[in-house]
Amino acid sequence: MKTEQLIDLLSTNLEPVNTHKVVRSLWIATVAGLVLASLTCIVTLGMRPDLNNPGVLRFLFVKVGFAAVVSILGWRLLLKHTRPGGENHSQIFLAGLPFVALLALAAVNLILVPASDWSHLVMGERLLQCLLSIPIMAVMPFAVIVWAVRNAAPTNLLRTGALAGLVAGGIGAMAYALHCPNDSLPFVAFWYGGTIVLCTLAGAAFGPRLLRW
Amino acid sequence: MKTENAKEASLRTLMIAGLGGDGAAYRALLSELSGHLRAYYRGRLVRAGRGMEETEDLVQEALMAVHTRRHTYDPTQLLTPWVYAIARYKLIDHLRQNQSTVTNVPIEDASEIIAADSAQAMESNLDLNKLLAKLPDKVRLAIQYVKIEGLSVVEAAARCGISESATKMNVHRGLKQLSSVISQEKAK
Repeated sequence: MKTEQLIDLLSTNLEPVNTHKVVRSLWIATVAGLVLASLTCIVTLGMRPDLNNPGVLRFLFVKVGFAAVVSILGWRLLLKHTRPGGENHSQIFLAGLPFVALLALAAVNLILVPASDWSHLVMGERLLQCLLSIPIMAVMPFAVIVWAVRNAAPTNLLRTGALAGLVAGGIGAMAYALHCPNDSLPFVAFWYGGTIVLCTLAGAAFGPRLLRW
Repeated sequence: MKTENAKEASLRTLMIAGLGGDGAAYRALLSELSGHLRAYYRGRLVRAGRGMEETEDLVQEALMAVHTRRHTYDPTQLLTPWVYAIARYKLIDHLRQNQSTVTNVPIEDASEIIAADSAQAMESNLDLNKLLAKLPDKVRLAIQYVKIEGLSVVEAAARCGISESATKMNVHRGLKQLSSVISQEKAK
């Protein structure tokens, strides 16, 4: 085939395109992922029963807030990475800031209490449930986000996959927070942070295969 | 640098017109890009120890990618880095598929993509009719009527006995499928 021939084909009866589609579909996918993950948590584990207690409710906002900040920062970076060459002017280290900030707060929290309380603050109760639930609840958001990103054109698949995993992990953590019985900063910093990092690594591992175009 | 800036400005104007549906501007854009892509790929393939005969296949694959992904261009940004990123991505993909030992393509200045131009087009190893034959009937017909024979969407829809929006959808899907068929075909 001559290149001329291909150019003829591509430019004949050209349809206009909407350049806002990339942002819109990533946005829709993310909201859909959040709804799906939250419903999964509410249906399978149930909302935490004592949310009418103001202290418990306040800490729910801390947990959801941390996960939301992680997701929003990650989302903005992810959006950049969905366009060809977008990785060249993005400050990817920004995604790590909420983790570092929360770890610092957790350290302060641990310093201020006697060492005998540490194990309860860090390990909490039903740790295993948290470690499993966040990644599981991140699966559906990850799938819909990957679907949206596949319709765009990322050129750094490893990083884009990692960011998709990060956002999905953040959404999974927001959903699990609705049920989570632990109200301690060190718990959230280690285990919410840790599972979201795990989701990020999984995203990086799957990215090159899932996102290729 | 001045000529590159002028080039960027003129290509970008064509691209934005093309995104709005201006076929003539879009044709001019693709013609110019094909010259730049050809010069770029020729140099890089030689550097990676590959044959020059792969150039035209890659040029066509990249043009196809520019077309099917044109909605990912942000009109508020420069066009050259966007084209460069696509060209480099397709080059790396090509080298990997062909088990080339050199898959580490350094990131150069994006203006490299418009630095040189080559009009010496060869025929690629891709056969359009064979590629189209791999597509499902309804999308193949939509492409045949609308993109090759140049019938209007209304006429093509009447011939296929489907709605105009379904015809547009088939053309859109067909080009995406054609793009991936080209990538697969090259890998053989």
